[in-house]
Amino acid sequence: MTTMDRLVGAGVDRIDGPAKVRGTAPYAYEQDPGEPIAHLAVVQSTVNRGRISRLDPSRAEALPGVLAVLTPANAPRLGKGLASDLPVLQSLDVHYQGQVVAAVVAETSEIAKAAVGAIAVGYDAEPPDVALSPDREDLYAPEKLMAGFATDSIIGDVDGALAAAVVSIDATYETPTQHHNPIEMHTSMARWDGDSLTLWDADQGPHNIVNDLVTGFGLDAGQVRVISPYVGGAFGSKAFTHPNQMLAAMAARVVGRTVVYELTRQQMFSLVGHRTPTIQRLRLGADPEGRLTAISHEVVEHTARIAEFAEQTATPTRVLYAAPHRRTTHRLARLDVPPPTIMRAPGETPGMFALESAMDELAVVLGLDPVELRIRNEPERDPERDLPWSTRNLVECLRTGAERFGWAGRDLRPGVRTEGRWLVGTGVASATYPTRRRKAQCRISVDGAGRYVVEIDGSDIGTGAWTALTQIAADALGTDMASVELRIGDSRLPFAGGAGGSTGLASWGTAIVFTARDLRKQLDEQHGGQPPAGGLSVDGELPGESPHAKTHSMHAYGAHFVEVRVDRDSGEVRVPRATSVYDAGTIVNAKTARSQLLGGFSMGVSMALHEGSVTDERYGHYVNHDLAEYHVATNADIGEIDISWLDVDDQLANPIGLKGIGEIGITGAAAAVANAYWHATRLRIRDLPITPDKYFRELGES
Amino acid sequence: MDSQITLRVDGAAHPLAVDTRTTLLDALRERLRITSPKKGCDHGQCGACTVLLDGRRVNSCLVLAVTVGDAEVTTSDGLAVDDVPHALHRSFVEHDAFQCGYCTPGQVCSAAGILAEARAGWPSAVTPDVAADTVELTDDEIRERMSGNLCRCAAYANIVPAVADVARAEGVRR
Repeated sequence: MTTMDRLVGAGVDRIDGPAKVRGTAPYAYEQDPGEPIAHLAVVQSTVNRGRISRLDPSRAEALPGVLAVLTPANAPRLGKGLASDLPVLQSLDVHYQGQVVAAVVAETSEIAKAAVGAIAVGYDAEPPDVALSPDREDLYAPEKLMAGFATDSIIGDVDGALAAAVVSIDATYETPTQHHNPIEMHTSMARWDGDSLTLWDADQGPHNIVNDLVTGFGLDAGQVRVISPYVGGAFGSKAFTHPNQMLAAMAARVVGRTVVYELTRQQMFSLVGHRTPTIQRLRLGADPEGRLTAISHEVVEHTARIAEFAEQTATPTRVLYAAPHRRTTHRLARLDVPPPTIMRAPGETPGMFALESAMDELAVVLGLDPVELRIRNEPERDPERDLPWSTRNLVECLRTGAERFGWAGRDLRPGVRTEGRWLVGTGVASATYPTRRRKAQCRISVDGAGRYVVEIDGSDIGTGAWTALTQIAADALGTDMASVELRIGDSRLPFAGGAGGSTGLASWGTAIVFTARDLRKQLDEQHGGQPPAGGLSVDGELPGESPHAKTHSMHAYGAHFVEVRVDRDSGEVRVPRATSVYDAGTIVNAKTARSQLLGGFSMGVSMALHEGSVTDERYGHYVNHDLAEYHVATNADIGEIDISWLDVDDQLANPIGLKGIGEIGITGAAAAVANAYWHATRLRIRDLPITPDKYFRELGES
Repeated sequence: MDSQITLRVDGAAHPLAVDTRTTLLDALRERLRITSPKKGCDHGQCGACTVLLDGRRVNSCLVLAVTVGDAEVTTSDGLAVDDVPHALHRSFVEHDAFQCGYCTPGQVCSAAGILAEARAGWPSAVTPDVAADTVELTDDEIRERMSGNLCRCAAYANIVPAVADVARAEGVRR
């Protein structure tokens, strides 16, 4: 190890930790706008499709303390070019249930909420069309998927190979609509000074938000400042602009005061996106030794009438296992639903549930250890792009995990282990997520005393970026962390894309490394290696993808091993222990990285056992739209989790050698739980979540 | 309708006028701008707004400000004495028992609450002997008692040892 590596890899405490535990780190609403804050509350449509026929704001307007009521009739006109649901209050047409149809601005939140109840709205409505089915006649192939992936991929003669396969699996898996539900509800607080807008906002990257405000309010980029130093969780819902940013800015302009719009928890189910439900048909063909001859993964999912979001659900199937004949397809139904969006590992999370469940089912038919089945299908090269891997250590993850978990000697038979009332089983699944990086700019300044300021519009949504970027910068500058002041979360800082796609450290960290190299070069060549008395400032840029991205296939990998216990009388499911091993390249901060991997896996357990937004197909709404009824894992739901990683780096991906860790943990996790559930009970649940009622449903059918 | 009240928060008295509909959480966050307790649901479903009311943990979104009277409100920030962090603060940082940090002040207040509950011998749903004078905060006890505080980042497996360390130091865990 050179001295450059002394901080990268260390398990440094979060530098924002002391403020966060006391509650003094200011999230969006907690910033000081410098004047009293007015509160905004909204009226939402109660129909999915139709047109507002009547809207009477007069009773609300007459309430003391109400500053304004905004409706489609009086709201300021927004600029053309806003997509999806961003043209808020611009039309009488309703496209999804929960759409904002009026907004109240008042002196206090109590007055604003009470005034909402005083606004009467009528609709000319059509019946909601919200039911996803593979039998719909209006399914269509989008031009391409999210993140630019091809809609379909077809190699060889899949149907012929499936028909000829000695062993095969044909099963359909379903995942429900899921909602991100970060604990900080989306919040935007807007203040205008003349024609300049400041927005204190909960988002995954201020630069992601600026453009829509520029478009909506006819401004120059220099007239908009978005500030988001601390964000209370996001998971994708805060990646892009939603109606809240537009509404806060619009209302602040109307009343000439700072206005905050803090969504309610219930509004989080309609106004800030969700993960599409999926219906996935998996067909696998194999020879008697378990070598795959064909893989077919056909996905049906939904999008909104007003926005196309095509989740890349089958893309992990394009890289995970070898097979000469292979097919992945995606078909969408346009429904009367709010616009879907990215949610932690979009694509991989639902897709890996299906693929890794099907692999388990194939292992059962073959009578083969599911770890061994995966090892037998390890591809030497990317099986669809026909490129070498940058680094790939999935087999090592599986072997290391099996050893740490105590997998050896596992009885393949299901439903034969009991401890008291508990049926006990174990399961395995692989994990994978793409390694990418994006354009980012950075400025590093040094003063005469050797103190550095590193400026980049990165974002810490809980990832640990505040700390990890400071570690990267200190190493790259050859100094200690105390000599580096990091500034992130402000659109006035040099450009960076938001937190998402597990690209944060790969993008922002690499931009910092490149800029630090330039700075040190200038110091060495022009200043004798010492900072000049007047200081020095250098701007740097990471142009974008790795130059090796076109010649190598880059992905992170992992393996999950899970023990599941099912109460044979009640169907209650427990996950007392799990082991996950990752190939995620260089780990920058051993402490915060472990937390992120732990959090990702735990969210996968939550997905497996609890999460699902239930749609009422008659009335078109999400029935369980709060945290009492949309269940997420609680403390008591999570057992002992053993997290580790392989000591590897990926120098082709970026100079730090990291692969990204924000999403890999959730991929495959739900399948590992479902596979262990089968091993415990003999029951194969193919539709998440695995709730106790499904235990009795399956018992009744078996 | 407004009422004139005085809230005692973290050792300071705050006279203020509140709407009779104002919750303790909104009185703190929106009137006094004391933002250590967080709003995560406003319905008592997530625990982010947990504060100690005369030492007992409550969801401050479910308490009307006008009902607080002379009770002492303690936020996570107020657990620090003379700006010295509380043992729970240090333990949460040491164990990285949070990620985004938004639910964390509520988790810390809840943890302070369960330490007091264990000392007082209050049983939980997983306590083996509900008649015992004291309760040991085992991992299962901590998991059970901390389950009213949701953490969407899912730092649960770090929260348990963070609380356990302090419980051990305070003599409610072996």
